[in-house]
Amino acid sequence: MPMHTPELLQAPQAGLLARLPRSPAPLLEPAVGYLHSVETGAAGDGPGMRFMFFFSGCSFRCLYCHNPDTWKLKAGREIGLDEAVAEVARYASFLRMAGGVTVSGGEPLTQHRFVGELLKRVHDELKLHTAIETQGHLARKVDDDWFDAVDLVLLDIKHSDPATYRRITGCDLAPTLDFAHRLVRLGKPMWLRYVLVPGLTDGADDIARLADFAAGLGPLVKQVDVLPYHRLGMHKWAELGRRYPLVDTAPPTRDQVDAAVRIFRDRGLVAH
Amino acid sequence: MNAIPRHITADAPWSDFVPGRWQSHIDVRDFIQANYSPYDGTGAFLAGPTERTIDLWAKLTALLAEERKKGVLDVSVDKPSSITAHAPGYIDRDGELIVGLQTDAPLKRAIMPNGGLRMVEAGLHAYGFTIDPVVKEIWTKYRKNHNAGVFDAYSTEILAARKSGVITGLPDAYGRGRIIGDYRRVALYGTDRLKADKQREYHELDDAVFNEDTLRLREELCEQMRALGELAEMAASYGFDITQPATTAREAVQWTYFAYLAAVKEQNGAAMSLGRVSTFLDIYFERDIARGLLTEEGAQELIDDLVIKLRIVRFLRTPDYDELFSGDPTWVTESIGGVGEDGRSLVTKSSFRFLQTLVNLGPAPEPNLTVLWSTKLPEGFKDYCAKISIETSSIQYENDDVMRPHWGDDYAIACCVSPMRIGKQMQFFGARANLAKALLYAINGGVDEKSGQVVAEGFTPITDDVLDFDTVVARLDPMLDWLAKTYVKALNAIHYMHDKYAYERIEMALHDRDILRTMACGIAGLSVAADSLSAIKHAKVKVVRNKAGLAVDYVIEGDYPAYGNNDDRADEIAVWLAETFIWKIEAQPHFYRNAKPTQSVLTITSNVVYGKKTGNTPDGRRAGEPFAPGANPMNGRDKKGFIASGASVAKIPYACALDGISWTASATPSALGRLPQERQGNLVACLDAFAAANGHHVNVNVFSRETLLDAMEHPEIYPQLTIRVSGYAVNFVRLTREQQLDVVNRTFHASM
Repeated sequence: MPMHTPELLQAPQAGLLARLPRSPAPLLEPAVGYLHSVETGAAGDGPGMRFMFFFSGCSFRCLYCHNPDTWKLKAGREIGLDEAVAEVARYASFLRMAGGVTVSGGEPLTQHRFVGELLKRVHDELKLHTAIETQGHLARKVDDDWFDAVDLVLLDIKHSDPATYRRITGCDLAPTLDFAHRLVRLGKPMWLRYVLVPGLTDGADDIARLADFAAGLGPLVKQVDVLPYHRLGMHKWAELGRRYPLVDTAPPTRDQVDAAVRIFRDRGLVAH
Repeated sequence: MNAIPRHITADAPWSDFVPGRWQSHIDVRDFIQANYSPYDGTGAFLAGPTERTIDLWAKLTALLAEERKKGVLDVSVDKPSSITAHAPGYIDRDGELIVGLQTDAPLKRAIMPNGGLRMVEAGLHAYGFTIDPVVKEIWTKYRKNHNAGVFDAYSTEILAARKSGVITGLPDAYGRGRIIGDYRRVALYGTDRLKADKQREYHELDDAVFNEDTLRLREELCEQMRALGELAEMAASYGFDITQPATTAREAVQWTYFAYLAAVKEQNGAAMSLGRVSTFLDIYFERDIARGLLTEEGAQELIDDLVIKLRIVRFLRTPDYDELFSGDPTWVTESIGGVGEDGRSLVTKSSFRFLQTLVNLGPAPEPNLTVLWSTKLPEGFKDYCAKISIETSSIQYENDDVMRPHWGDDYAIACCVSPMRIGKQMQFFGARANLAKALLYAINGGVDEKSGQVVAEGFTPITDDVLDFDTVVARLDPMLDWLAKTYVKALNAIHYMHDKYAYERIEMALHDRDILRTMACGIAGLSVAADSLSAIKHAKVKVVRNKAGLAVDYVIEGDYPAYGNNDDRADEIAVWLAETFIWKIEAQPHFYRNAKPTQSVLTITSNVVYGKKTGNTPDGRRAGEPFAPGANPMNGRDKKGFIASGASVAKIPYACALDGISWTASATPSALGRLPQERQGNLVACLDAFAAANGHHVNVNVFSRETLLDAMEHPEIYPQLTIRVSGYAVNFVRLTREQQLDVVNRTFHASM
């Protein structure tokens, strides 16, 4: 999977995007999706109760990842589009009343073609509220109209300092920030999400920088979720034969979480 | 404090009530419909506990801690209980608004040998007491008990099935329970009027053919009249004249409670449920508030005081019994809410007040607060229920929308999930048959996989190395016939003897004479049996046999769809099993007293014992491993979250299990949302969705696995930690370690 091109970083314009040579992905990408799992009763990842699709495949290698079992694309099971739509359809009347559908992962944009088709059908045919949870890095691969079928973007920003961002994720920060600006241009509501890891992402200055950025995006940022780091995914690293990098890191205390939340609230953001 | 001042209304207990049929007939429903005030607001009006309530509860808390340490605080050893056996007892005579205890002291348990002397002896022995020799002599030499009668009648096959555990939990050694007297009648009419009505019913039979049915009924009616007399006598010993109707809210609560108290003084039924009193009592509360006699604080105080009494109902039971039904449950079930046949919500302010006791007194397993949920309930009440559920995990929900068409709008839940029209219907409680074990019997030709003994005679084993679905189903069919036949025979024997030796005089006095009786059969191991059949059908299941040729283990090659993932391939098998078994039951030739057979999918905590008694199963479950409770999918096999899990459970048609289908859902708080307001809204949406899908019953637990693990290590910090288990609630710290682990290992739906 090719990584970003520098031009794209500097000029995230629709026109330019259209002229850019497409990655060969459409040809290689199968007509099926690779699905890690679904979850029918989840809250917090979008308004109300969500039907969650967890797609496999992610190029990030976040140190605190709690789903390392979703990194490899082919670790998921193959699922056809009709089958994926049918999975949701049986809950449609409930979801219409109670919440909607959230596509997560892994990084769902890894399979942007399949996911895009799925979102379109869920949004247009089933008339459900749709959300996508992404770190935004691969958004350059899709056109603006890809987002027509997305009602809400849950944008994970792992850190506000490019160097630390790279240390945590193995990737660059800029595409994610550019994506946030693009969402503003598209008028797309978003929730920003920030995982609070003691010793790694809890620096007050770093949080303040992110909060300034978030505030600068304006009213489309509906809320900021400060997600306390947890170790529930630790056993998955062991099962995959990998060493867990944050073995000595404890979850943040209530006070630490509150302090981070306050930094966002001080800038007029809805945060919790 | 106990003398209630009689005021101006004393001469006219019914003044200000809307008149109707209820005046000329015993008809509580008619009274409620004519007089209640639906409330569709929020819980904002509710009052907290008064100083008096806090003091009284503190006094009990100390006693409860002592009881927890000893298992049983005290027993009234030498005085077999009856309605009038014990002198009045108090927690704090001057501090109580509602009075009456089962014996002469709080938490002192009574003995009730009519159900079975063995149970009494074993219970006493387990807690370091010895039976009084006179009591033993009377119930050995002069007075036969229910338990002895049943064993006179049992067949060899029933005994074998009971011993192997293919049928378990039968009420053959203890009171059957699950009968709800219409305790409200005492408040509305007074005992004199009720007695007169029983006289009328009795004399109506003067010209009937004096066959066995008539004679039994005439004797029962006389016993009922006697019991009403004793009830009045017991109330008089506390200083109250309940021969006449209640005139105030406080009297209405007191009268109703006396009636209930009489029942729990005389019967140690497996479940001694209260009924549906909140909206009835609300009429009295509203009248007193309108008259300026009562404030909100005073109204709440009366309910709090009643609930304190209901929390300390106790029975002497044996460790064996506790293994089946753990945590010392009494199932003082109170049904709250629901919607009337005319479409008006039956929620009143007192519906809120009952739930508010969980806030004022802290969470508790009893009374077993049961909300009759309807998608049409007022939003304010739904929100309040969800809030209290999330805070206390002490509420269960049953779908009024599926029950109302069958049972009207004045039914109540007995025990966990059993609906019955109050005062017009009772059930013959039948515990349950083990479908998972029956499947193993089908494979092994009636030989028990654990003991190697023949339990079901006349069957041949399957000898295939790989199980073939059609063959297994063809063998299961006659095995279920055998099971249904053996089971119903046992139940006929039990209930014949229970009527004969341990008749529920006072509870039946608060029923009409001519009632509907149901024969409440039940099944356990539904998910194990369904998954086993699914594995046989969709994967390859190889049989491992021991030297004697008995199938003792199974090797599964490939995956199979499991019940609980909203996958029809598995769910349809569960539906087929539930429907098939009730058809087999219905096909039996005789039901005692023309009872209508029904079925429940409920295990209470017996899923642990059933698991212990059942060998390896073709679904991959290991021998001894607990079953899932009730209609739950097997622990950990419902991989798609609780909406999918609930959707699978909701597919089991209520029509095939009119006695209830129990689902216990446990979610971590974060699975319901990050903020309290969000959790509340989401829980309401989930309950509405489950109800709309025709799901029957759901226990809602909201807590994290870590909380439970911590409570196992530090029980002293969590004396009131309450969790819902298959139809009732228990204090978590009172479960055995084995049962605690079972709860901890159950599927928790958490956000990723």
